[in-house]
Amino acid sequence: MTPEGLFYTKDHEWLRLEDDGITVVGITDHAQEALGDITFVELPAVGRKIAAGTSFAVVESVKAASDIFMPVEGTVAHVNTELAASPETINRDPYGKGWICRFSGCERSALDGLMTAKQYAEFLKSV
Amino acid sequence: MMTAPKHTPLYEAHIKAGARMIDFSGWLMPVQYDGIVAEHTRTRSDASMFDTCHMGRFDVAGVGADEALSRVLTADVMRMRNGQCRYGFLLDDDGGVLDDLIAYRFNADHWMLVVNAGTRAGDVSWFREQLPSTVTFADESDRTGKLDVQGPGSLEVASRVLSVDVSSLGYFKFLEFTRAGDRLIVSRTGYTGEKGIEVYGPVPAICALWEAFLAAGVRPAGLGARDTLRLEAGLPLYGHELNRSITPVEAGMERYAMKQAPFIGKEAMSRHLAAGPARRLCGFRTRSRQSARAGNVVRDGGAVVGEVTSGSFSPSLQYAIGFAYVETPSAIVGRPLLIDTGRNVLDAEVVGTPFYRPSEAKGCI
Repeated sequence: MTPEGLFYTKDHEWLRLEDDGITVVGITDHAQEALGDITFVELPAVGRKIAAGTSFAVVESVKAASDIFMPVEGTVAHVNTELAASPETINRDPYGKGWICRFSGCERSALDGLMTAKQYAEFLKSV
Repeated sequence: MMTAPKHTPLYEAHIKAGARMIDFSGWLMPVQYDGIVAEHTRTRSDASMFDTCHMGRFDVAGVGADEALSRVLTADVMRMRNGQCRYGFLLDDDGGVLDDLIAYRFNADHWMLVVNAGTRAGDVSWFREQLPSTVTFADESDRTGKLDVQGPGSLEVASRVLSVDVSSLGYFKFLEFTRAGDRLIVSRTGYTGEKGIEVYGPVPAICALWEAFLAAGVRPAGLGARDTLRLEAGLPLYGHELNRSITPVEAGMERYAMKQAPFIGKEAMSRHLAAGPARRLCGFRTRSRQSARAGNVVRDGGAVVGEVTSGSFSPSLQYAIGFAYVETPSAIVGRPLLIDTGRNVLDAEVVGTPFYRPSEAKGCI
């Protein structure tokens, strides 16, 4: 259910470190399930520098809007433009085609403070 | 005051169906089962059923009940016939909306009133205060239940399940029928803009009907879809578009309060109508899928002109829609507005309501 090899936050984002040093970020299956049908995603501008702990995107469902946070510092390298027409992709494939942003310049060591898949699965039992 | 939310008689059925529950007006209600958009779309294309047991149901009886109600309700109840229902308001002396409700006339001396969940207790006090002692007033809400079946396929399936031909029942008409010895009521009313019915009866009978509709293939829809459906249909929600500080004139709904006979709030409302309201309820759409939400500030040019009362992505239209109270000069169809969501500013435009008419989408029935 919770893919191995990714880093997880208590705000239910996941981060995946690619071979080329890019960090891909999305929201977890738990998050998409809790939000319900996703109807809109507000994406940041490419090139924008995002400070650790700040919001870089907004995901809207029928009922509410939720901030998506970047746990570590990074610069927006790519955004998932497919989400403009099909935001429900996040509901269908949160860890795959439903990725939100790709960041450059994230410190590898900063990711170590995040949860592993096993730790996140344990964390979910407590929420 | 924190009290645990109440359960409707269908609570166990919702849990069994895997519903996500939320507190709504003091009731633990299903907000969604398999998803708001799926439930919304199913209601627009086929049929869904809704647990509406949380709404209040009052029985008013006695000689002169019609005249007594006529003084308290804005609806022209004296012109109604047996088996007819009519929408109207309960106003205070200042013309403020205490509630919006539907009055059902069995006969001149016997009526049923259907009110909102959140206003039920206040309504009970108001009616007990305002109705003369010659009529009896009974809050039947706990003894009875209510469910709605809505959608283009609803009348056909309801006719089968109820063994009553509801297809030939006129809009805003109702009839009484018996099922397994229980007396039930079915009306051609609803809160989705679609064809549909609302059924009332003793609690066990409504629970049995819920199971019967499930067995007939009708799937439940929650409050999430109920809200997007009513919003698309341009229907107000008490506590959002209507409250005690708002008159029917501001809501653009004075046609439900235009009878000749006197009623509580009439003078205040007439004065308000003559003076012209400073603000008006209007529909708006945004330029994208991004939605405004209740409480967002509305601007026209640089000036703040109002506030959003309801806002949502519209599953049928694929853009965001909503209601706002805005100053009268800005409340003109076509007027561009700016809505501050607190995160960013959305481009919006005043549009007519209903936002969505089911007939338009029924090119191929």
